Amino acid sequence: MYTRLFVLRFPKETSDLPIICKLVKQYNVEFNILKATILPHHEGIMVLEIMGHKSNVKDALAYLKSFGVTIERLSTIIRRDNEKCFECGACTGICPTAALHIHRPDMAVLFDPDKCTGCGLCVAVCPVRAMEVSLDQSVGAMG
Amino acid sequence: MNKFKVNKTIDEINARIRAGEAVVVTAEEMVGIVRENGAEEAARQVDVVTTGTFSPMCSSGAILNFGQTLPTIKASKVWLNNVPAYAGLAAVDIFLGGAEPAEDDPLNKVFPGEFRYGGGHVLEDLLAGKKVLLKAIAYGTNCYPNIMLEKEITLDDLPDALMVNPRNCYQNYNCAINLSEKTIYTYMGTLRPRGRNANYCSAGELSPLMNDPLYKTIGLGTKIFLGGGTGYVTWQGTQHNPGAKRLENGTPCRPAGTLMVQGDLKQMSARWIKGVSIQGYGTTIAVGVGVPIPILNEEMARFTGVSDADIITQVVDYSYDYSHGVTRNYGEVSYAQLKSGQIEVNGEQVKTAPLSSVVRAREIAEILKEWIQSGDFTLEKPVRLLPDS
Repeated sequence: MYTRLFVLRFPKETSDLPIICKLVKQYNVEFNILKATILPHHEGIMVLEIMGHKSNVKDALAYLKSFGVTIERLSTIIRRDNEKCFECGACTGICPTAALHIHRPDMAVLFDPDKCTGCGLCVAVCPVRAMEVSLDQSVGAMG
Repeated sequence: MNKFKVNKTIDEINARIRAGEAVVVTAEEMVGIVRENGAEEAARQVDVVTTGTFSPMCSSGAILNFGQTLPTIKASKVWLNNVPAYAGLAAVDIFLGGAEPAEDDPLNKVFPGEFRYGGGHVLEDLLAGKKVLLKAIAYGTNCYPNIMLEKEITLDDLPDALMVNPRNCYQNYNCAINLSEKTIYTYMGTLRPRGRNANYCSAGELSPLMNDPLYKTIGLGTKIFLGGGTGYVTWQGTQHNPGAKRLENGTPCRPAGTLMVQGDLKQMSARWIKGVSIQGYGTTIAVGVGVPIPILNEEMARFTGVSDADIITQVVDYSYDYSHGVTRNYGEVSYAQLKSGQIEVNGEQVKTAPLSSVVRAREIAEILKEWIQSGDFTLEKPVRLLPDS
């Protein structure tokens, strides 16, 4: 199963339209909404995991884009500042998906962006603020 | 009669260091050497074992002298990037504490606070070569008429900058859990309810005082790696408690010995002195320290051969027991177990996370090893050992 995490930004004029529900019916993909801030007359933001055949996922994304939704891979907007990080490992106790994990036996602290769901728990837990999750303010406030 | 079969002196080891002949290994490497060859043979082979630790150490700071102004000033209140420094010293001497938050920090008013900037961050910025805004006010005297000063300074501008850390390198520390029903935010990190995670903070087998558990070689005047430069142990640290419960190998199973250390801040680097923000707790400072241990005899070889499996600590509840002085624990675990990522507490598997960087501790031990191997760094004989009782 092809699975990818995306950050979707919805133009404010789409805030009252049923968009996501059609992914299942018309494009035969499954999805998991990890985060969503959709308010009337505001730009909406959603962190969405999409699963399905690669070509179906591709068609589903094209469908979303037709509404003016901008799409980014989540893994491209979350990063660890390796200059700041001193590999203490405090984040590994709180990361729910083990995207931040310890390599044994050398105890190196590694970050795998593909496993990250953008929950943002690590941002405030990191003693040197090395994790950067650049979703917009409204989503940051949810985390 | 000497009670040891191998007997070396610090002078002999220093002669070997100067001749480029000293055998220096890290505390991690020593584990295997002692295991394979036995302590006596290891003591014959190895002259110095290097240790390291890099983690938050709240009881750290710096005495800074910022130079006189014209007209002169006797500063009574001083801020660096809005972080208050203690000015109750001579005219332009201050002490900046690593754990002091910026004056306009919202602290825990919106809980849990973020504590983005504090004394540790000021020291890191100075070491990174950044400009820091110094503000001082004074009440004015005949000899010091100036009543206000505001200027940007760099570390180079300061006539003197001395790191003075009243308590570093805790010999062992608690493993923290939270047995309450809600998440708590502690100096041991964020602890989820009902014991769902456990945090610990020690470099284990690399930790300086775990390799000289009974303080047979470390004392006042021991030369060390401090923050990337050389420093000295200048006293036992505050709360030094040699009487803690110990295993047969000498290592304590509870927080025990501590070091007070000092060094020239100007020799240090921002890689090894870092400002730290601990959510809901406060700002603090991470300090890199490494201590060389001379292998004077087979006893020191045995001590430095200690491995994570041979060192244990207690699991302590930080939701109630710690804050209420209840001396109770939820079992003892070894550092090998802690580093495996999982321990058992009350019959349940609990995920563990460290706060102390093993990667950086190892790097410090390697740097110190290189310094000694290159002949640049010799050992100092302590003028007095740390109290052992």
